[in-house]
Amino acid sequence: MAKWKAEVMVMLKEEVLDPQGSAINKALEVMGHSNVADVRVGKYLELNLSGHDREKLCQQVEDMCQRILSNPVIENYRYTLQEVE
Amino acid sequence: MINVGVVVFPGSNCDVDFYYFCKDILKWPVKYLWHQEKSIGEADLVVLPGGFSYGDYLRPGAIARYSPIMEAVEHHAHQGGLVLGICNGFQVLTEAGLLPGALYRNLNLQFRCVFTNVRIDSCQTPYTYALRRGEVLSLPVANGDGNYYAEKQTLKQMEEKGQIVFRYTNQQGEITSKANPSGSLDNIAGICNSRGNVLGMMPHPERASNALLGGEDGLKIFQSLRRKG
Repeated sequence: MAKWKAEVMVMLKEEVLDPQGSAINKALEVMGHSNVADVRVGKYLELNLSGHDREKLCQQVEDMCQRILSNPVIENYRYTLQEVE
Repeated sequence: MINVGVVVFPGSNCDVDFYYFCKDILKWPVKYLWHQEKSIGEADLVVLPGGFSYGDYLRPGAIARYSPIMEAVEHHAHQGGLVLGICNGFQVLTEAGLLPGALYRNLNLQFRCVFTNVRIDSCQTPYTYALRRGEVLSLPVANGDGNYYAEKQTLKQMEEKGQIVFRYTNQQGEITSKANPSGSLDNIAGICNSRGNVLGMMPHPERASNALLGGEDGLKIFQSLRRKG
């Protein structure tokens, strides 16, 4: 069975305040990076999985994103899916 | 008499507190419910205790929500049975979709371990039935992810249905940002579902159940349950 890699990125929604991001931004300011307008912290996940059908795998990743990898109340997600050697 | 089942997830750490609170203070029959179990047995009230289930990996409550016991807890909730989530238990309930909204990182990024003043904003639940609206209880919080968030529309609906049960206030019952330990939206400290049988709260009533612990206000919630039960 073909091997695939899904890369999932989860971010807080724009309307949700990101206290970690603003703390990091404050540190950046102290370091002299005064031109950084905004920092948002997210999560990056790699899933190695197997399957034949790209569309089915996409559905599967979508389902995982919606049900556990992100919390749709506060977060958005996006992903890429690539076949690997 | 209310039979209590205290769910134990890997990483729960207020399960023992709650067990002894039931056994020694309330004198209610109580059992632990291991997360791998598929039944809640005879329990009338299921308690999801505080702690750090699964080390808070991914998001607090995100993994615990898929524990085998949760199917039975959800079934109990849908039947109108009592389900109380405290702290991490509240996070599990929002992750499971049994309560609206979400809890995430405190706005000040601090782990807050402090007594708070909590105002009763709804008495339409079995947990607050015997309390007075506007009454202020002194209850401790201990969390790093107690920042409640819900979309505007959801919040409006909750407000209309009386689902916002507890709010952080000053001693006089006034909403101030200083009284809010986590940056929680609208100073929300605890909410219930539309039926009122499922309640989630960040403060720990079991830690305010004996004068030796610094207060007894937490008992009032359970006196309310006893009267309703």
